[in-house]
Amino acid sequence: MTAATAAQAAYIVAALLFILSLAGLSKHESSRSGLVFGASGMVIALAATIGLASRSITATGLTLLVVAMLIGAGVGFWRAKAVEMTGMPELIALLHSFVGLAAVLVGWNGYFEVEADGPGHAAVAQDLLGIHHAEVFIGVFIGAVTFSGSIIAYLKLSARIKSSPLVLPGKNLINLGALAAFAVLTVFFVMSPSLGLLIAVTAVALALGLHLVASIGGGDMPVVVSMLNSYSGWAAAASGFLLNNNLLIVTGALVGSSGAYLSYIMCQAMNRSFISVIAGGFGVEAAASDDTDLGEHREITAEATAELLVNASSVVIAPGYGMAVAQAQYPVAELTRRLRDRGVDVRFGIHPVAGRLPGHMNVLLAEAKVPYDIVLEMDEINDELSDTTVVLVIGANDTVNPAAAEDPASPIAGMPVLRVWEAQNVVVFKRSMATGYAGVQNPLFFRDNTQMLFGDAKQRMEDILGALGSDAAAPSHRTPVGAARTV
Amino acid sequence: MGHPTPQRIGVAAETGPGETRVAATPSTVRQLVALGYEVVVESGAGTASGFTDDAYVAQSAKVGDAWSADIVLKVNAPSSEEIGRLADGATLVSLIGPALNPGLVAELASRPITVLAMDAVPRISRAQSLDVLSSMANIAGYRAVVEAAHAFGRFFTGQVTAAGKVPPAKVLVAGAGVAGLAAIGAASSLGAIVRATDPRPEVAEQVRSLGGEFLAVEVEQAASTDGYAKATSQEYDRRAAEIYSEQAADVDIVITTALIPGRPAPKLLTAQDVASMRPGSVIVDMAASQGGNVAGTVAGEVVVTANGVTIIGYTDLPARLPAQASQLYGTNLVNLMKLLTPAKDGRHVIDFEDVVQRSMTVVRDGETTWPPPPVQVSAAPAQAQAPVAAKPVVAEKKPMSAAAKYVLAATGMAALFLLTAFSPSQLIGNFTVFVLAIVIGYYVIGKVHHALHTPLMSVTNAISGIVVVGALLQIAHTDTTITVLSSVAILLASINIFGGFAVTRRMLAMFSRG
Repeated sequence: MTAATAAQAAYIVAALLFILSLAGLSKHESSRSGLVFGASGMVIALAATIGLASRSITATGLTLLVVAMLIGAGVGFWRAKAVEMTGMPELIALLHSFVGLAAVLVGWNGYFEVEADGPGHAAVAQDLLGIHHAEVFIGVFIGAVTFSGSIIAYLKLSARIKSSPLVLPGKNLINLGALAAFAVLTVFFVMSPSLGLLIAVTAVALALGLHLVASIGGGDMPVVVSMLNSYSGWAAAASGFLLNNNLLIVTGALVGSSGAYLSYIMCQAMNRSFISVIAGGFGVEAAASDDTDLGEHREITAEATAELLVNASSVVIAPGYGMAVAQAQYPVAELTRRLRDRGVDVRFGIHPVAGRLPGHMNVLLAEAKVPYDIVLEMDEINDELSDTTVVLVIGANDTVNPAAAEDPASPIAGMPVLRVWEAQNVVVFKRSMATGYAGVQNPLFFRDNTQMLFGDAKQRMEDILGALGSDAAAPSHRTPVGAARTV
Repeated sequence: MGHPTPQRIGVAAETGPGETRVAATPSTVRQLVALGYEVVVESGAGTASGFTDDAYVAQSAKVGDAWSADIVLKVNAPSSEEIGRLADGATLVSLIGPALNPGLVAELASRPITVLAMDAVPRISRAQSLDVLSSMANIAGYRAVVEAAHAFGRFFTGQVTAAGKVPPAKVLVAGAGVAGLAAIGAASSLGAIVRATDPRPEVAEQVRSLGGEFLAVEVEQAASTDGYAKATSQEYDRRAAEIYSEQAADVDIVITTALIPGRPAPKLLTAQDVASMRPGSVIVDMAASQGGNVAGTVAGEVVVTANGVTIIGYTDLPARLPAQASQLYGTNLVNLMKLLTPAKDGRHVIDFEDVVQRSMTVVRDGETTWPPPPVQVSAAPAQAQAPVAAKPVVAEKKPMSAAAKYVLAATGMAALFLLTAFSPSQLIGNFTVFVLAIVIGYYVIGKVHHALHTPLMSVTNAISGIVVVGALLQIAHTDTTITVLSSVAILLASINIFGGFAVTRRMLAMFSRG
């Protein structure tokens, strides 16, 4: 056993642990052990790599290494501890950008290590040199796209820039042009590597990543974040090819393909092709809804909502991004507890793309200690909505839009939605009558069984809790509310 | 600006014979007060509906002269004497029937007042909350069944008892509008066999949903564009008459609801049809006030024919459930006042740009504004729009055929084969690992629980920090540039690794089972 074989063996163990980690995270029961597997895999991989590197490292190098890792760990732990659960999408997007940038730096280093030293370098065999050139180029390209794309996603998610899609004329041509430029530059670079070309490809990739994500609207952010997750994996895999390191390849490919599949699930949930989302610009063709007279909405008070809820036999809560923005998850959880104590059947219906991150709503509800077995997926709850007495729509809009199911001309036509309008009563918590991210008017608000409760979702929730509290002593008389309506 | 004086709403007592309803109940008064108005109720206005003056006063209404108020709410159209009592500039809201009572409209227009007709609300979904015709018809339909059951000497439901078998009653409901549907629902919940007719084939589903059977008149028929039934074609009438004749001989109870706005009610059952009914049968003619659907109906009376068929022609069916009818009518009025009081400052404004307000206004400041321009109803079958709506539909995504899938897969495999076959051996090893890892990644994630998407993403993000391995291997290099770049890469990737795992741990700790 040499140090090199020991390191390789450790890499295999680490790769296996990473696979077990992802598998474990697919289920609640095994999710914690999955995390342990992932962390142990990482520890083993790092130990093996440092062991391997320490044979030839200088004291300065070692110091730098330790210092860099300590700073990184400190910053990482601090961010992880400080982040609000509502701010999770931004954090994850930012973290993706770090992987992207690290991959760019590794690629550049690959260039300085080999190509910049001139031909005849000992580290890489002659017949592999051309491939090495290509690997440097590809690694830098993917890394840079991930980096700039993630930065834009971060800025959009944290509302530092507008989340509406950027529409440049011929945006598909721009994307294709960037890819073509990349192909041409690669050919030149393989023939005669130069720093100029490397800078050029980095610039092209940064611009492409920027344009790709900038032209995707806010509503598609769950897909974008998941897609960038996938990119960061491919970036790591590219570095693995460059360094001939199987651990990097395995891990990168794992993350890359799982992220791509996750994005695919998201796209299916919105009934759109993956390609069209990546190509960007959904919501632009949502030519501001036609002038159909949708009717007039009706308002309801918090007190009346409380009464409705107390007399209901079943309640379904459909949260959206608005709940995250208003930080309403705690009063929502409190309401859930109180209603369940009174014997009301309360469940949650989560649309796959609710929020700005896949599973965003689940994390927020978990944070507020809502038991996860009453938090159901769209497909699990949809058929039961017609037997539901009251649906509370909290800060959701496009994901509960009946136009998606009923109006073939609607820009969101065909997107699976929570069919909340089938319930006897719907109460929509909303700031105003503005449209959702897709820019589509929502006929739900004008339905006869829909009432609007305007204002800050958290504030309104607390009003409802207040109204519930005052009559807490009263026995809950259980008359069904809402009767069949005839027209 | 300052606060404008709030206007006064007067709730007038009904004077019509047999009228038991009132235009506001204590609970709707409270809502009117919440809109900023002062409310004056005429003494005894709510007595017939079971609301005392004290109950109104308890909701901060005054008892006094309602007719001098700025806005007068009423159920039935006012008498000449009542019109005279209105103050100049006042607004009157009540049922008017402008199409049937041109004389009344002219008389109203002789005064400098504004009149809103509650029975002229356009049939659009936005205006549904003000539609008294719907709310009253609902009550009337229910009551019609109750009246029929009262006059009918037998059970509605079929029973098998020790004392013998009782057949269920058969009920025919003519017209499946709001009243018809309410009647269908009430009759079928009493256990009767219910059949219904309507010129609009699209209501068949609604009839069935309430437990009725829809008797279709199979004739080409134009769809209604304003939500109301229209006069029917000759061919249709002939076929429908046959159906009524057949049914009259078979059923025990007939409830007719056929009304065409602004026209006398169509005759559905002839004298022969009535004569063919069994003795003891009951007909409730809900169109009696407009001449009746049945030969022999007398408005407001119960008539028994020579062959023992009872024809009920009550015109006050909603008023026979006064508390509820008043509550619903009052709520319709509250919804109207909300529409007219956007600022909730107790001052009403009539916006002629709004199609609902325009349609309802019969007289404005002494000028006749009836009839209003026609309103297209969105709820009507959108035949004209259909071709337009169909155009933007993007061609359906065709699922790939099996052959195409195989070809695609084969092409991919061949490309992979060629790429690998011409690669140096080191790259082949890398490729093997790469391809297999992709497949594993796909399957490992295949059944992920939706709630775990975010933790999964943050853990994969932490794992992709593995790129640090590359930087670690490069930092040992002697070149300063490389060392510096590696250090930066290590720092960034470390943030990822530690931050990613830590935040995942934090999230997972939150998930708990109930």
